[in-house]
Amino acid sequence: MTIVPAVSTQRSTIAIRSENLCRHYRMGENVIRAVDGVSLEVRPGEFVALLGSSGSGKSSVLNLLAGLDRPTSGSVIVQDRDLSKLSREDLAKYRLHVVGMVFQSFNLIPSMTVTENVELPMLFAEIERGRRESLAREALERVGLSARLNHKPSELSGGEQQRAALARALINRPQLLLADEPTGNLDSHTGTEIMDMVRGFNRELGMTVVMVTHERALAERYAQRMIFLADGKLIDDRLNPAAHGGQG
Amino acid sequence: MKIPDLTQLALRNLRESLLRNSLTTVGISVGVASLVAMLSLGIGLQQLASRRLVKSGLFDTIIVSSRRELRGMGREEERSGPIPGESRVLDEPARLEIEHLANVSEANPDIRFVSELRFEDKPHLTTIAALPQSAKSNDAFEGMQGRFFTSDSAAEALLQKSFAEELLEKTPPLGAPEPSVSELAKPLIGKELVIRYAQRVAAATENATTQQEEDFVGTSYSVVSREQKLTIVGVSDLDPESMRGPTRAKVFLPLKLAEGLHVMQATDLREVSRAASDQTVYSSISVRVKNPAQIQSVEDAIKKMGFTTFSIADASRGLRQFFGVLYAFLGIFGSLALIVASIGIVNTLVMAILERRREIGIMKAIGASDGDVRTLFFAEAGAMGIFGGVLGVVLGWAIGQVINFGTNIYLKRQSLPAEHFWAVPWWLVAFAIGFAFCVSLASGLYPAGRAAKLDPVQALRYE
Repeated sequence: MTIVPAVSTQRSTIAIRSENLCRHYRMGENVIRAVDGVSLEVRPGEFVALLGSSGSGKSSVLNLLAGLDRPTSGSVIVQDRDLSKLSREDLAKYRLHVVGMVFQSFNLIPSMTVTENVELPMLFAEIERGRRESLAREALERVGLSARLNHKPSELSGGEQQRAALARALINRPQLLLADEPTGNLDSHTGTEIMDMVRGFNRELGMTVVMVTHERALAERYAQRMIFLADGKLIDDRLNPAAHGGQG
Repeated sequence: MKIPDLTQLALRNLRESLLRNSLTTVGISVGVASLVAMLSLGIGLQQLASRRLVKSGLFDTIIVSSRRELRGMGREEERSGPIPGESRVLDEPARLEIEHLANVSEANPDIRFVSELRFEDKPHLTTIAALPQSAKSNDAFEGMQGRFFTSDSAAEALLQKSFAEELLEKTPPLGAPEPSVSELAKPLIGKELVIRYAQRVAAATENATTQQEEDFVGTSYSVVSREQKLTIVGVSDLDPESMRGPTRAKVFLPLKLAEGLHVMQATDLREVSRAASDQTVYSSISVRVKNPAQIQSVEDAIKKMGFTTFSIADASRGLRQFFGVLYAFLGIFGSLALIVASIGIVNTLVMAILERRREIGIMKAIGASDGDVRTLFFAEAGAMGIFGGVLGVVLGWAIGQVINFGTNIYLKRQSLPAEHFWAVPWWLVAFAIGFAFCVSLASGLYPAGRAAKLDPVQALRYE
């Protein structure tokens, strides 16, 4: 895992900062406060787990960090960019170049082969075809899928699909990896494989990782820091002594 | 996204829902086919019409008359032109002058008179006109039985079909089938026809020499009754003088022969003062230009000489206008199917958005901009448009060929010559494909906008 070079040349001391971040939805008469005044800071290279039961707002925070959603109020600043002030176009560029995402349900495009799925972000980044193909192949080799290049996602196991999704998330060399329940659809063995990979990226490439999970054990094993959310509010933020020293 | 990548992605997306997209494309192609069929019919008809009209000599002919004539055809110009009394006389020097104008191929006196013809001792009254040898190429003589005049001064005559019917007393009652030309020509060709006419003779010289003289205006010239024997050489099916309406002639003589007859013309009465001289004065002259495009300049030159002119160019402008309207109508009817097809595109793409909601969400999550999503849907719509356009042109062309073929079988049964009234010019092919492309893009406007605006969080939540 030496292919992706170091993420950022100029390192600020804070990778992500949110201040009084709110995301409210209107449902008829009611206002749902999915995220309600969350302030947090993540240092570059940190591996952070967002924990909470379902409906606690952890996925909403992740979507706000990913630039998929906009805050109702408050701010999210990622690598010195205030996401709430970016245009839709710039937000798309941010998602393309700064963030890589993996999801619980993998979210590969079923009609495309694994290679095509991995190439897709580079298509939007207008990277030329030859380079695209070789980069995709390299990335898939790195996650151990070199024998599955031309398979459709439906022909792969869950673990393989998630590995392909990881290859896709990292293909544009983002500084930030956001993972939404990445092991939620996997058995514990495959889940461990995936998490080891994620930790590898975090350690070897210095990539900042924010992972949403409801499995406390998983967080304790891999994350350096655990942030607990409930009802859209941050209720606890603590370092994980088990993982902090770098041992999983 | 780069254009080749965009195209490739659009095409693979179209392949994913092959049946639905094919059906939509077929819908477009039917629309394009109907447009192409309609317009190529219009173009073909116009080409046929202009081919016919150019051949008929109508488009390269200018009729020149003196303003002294009250019987001018261009009434509008008469009011605006010089006062009739000051206009030049249309005599031989004037004719030569016109003939020597640039772009004029010939200028022939228009000799036309009503006279009595005797056939097998029965008198018939009809209009007789002179034809120059160049009229041989006239379209009207295409289906003629017999032959054209052997020379410009031969004592020969051509008959129009209806006059042949009259001579043979075979005029069919209204609505009954007409006898064929060959049937009429057989008993007539080679037969003798005697024309009785009034000759205009200058008073001093000819007065005493003729037997049946009949002094008409005393001081200036006499009118003498004459006879001329003619051999019928041909019977024409079509009417070479259709543009002249009721004054059209039914019997035709060679030009030089007709000139030599010095037939008393109606206009001579009005030209008393000038007719005293021996110089022939023409009531009108037919001027043929080398190319229909030059008709306006020649007309202007003749007008400057002080004559009144009339050409069918004015009428052809009307004809062009007519075809313009015809195109518009055919185009609108043809486009209707394309518009229906465009609704099909909207439907297909809106369905595709629903189906590919998640896919759009994924693309956005991994960095696709609104613009990327929008252009992708545009590209899919455009690709369907181009495929539909190409297929439609082929289909439209095939429909045209079938109709042309069928119609020609019908024409053949009616013993009429085959015609090519179906034309698909290259510009129409390009236009049809381009139009289909544009209509498809326009249809993609709404779906593409909707896809672009899709909220990725919502789309990814959607299962």
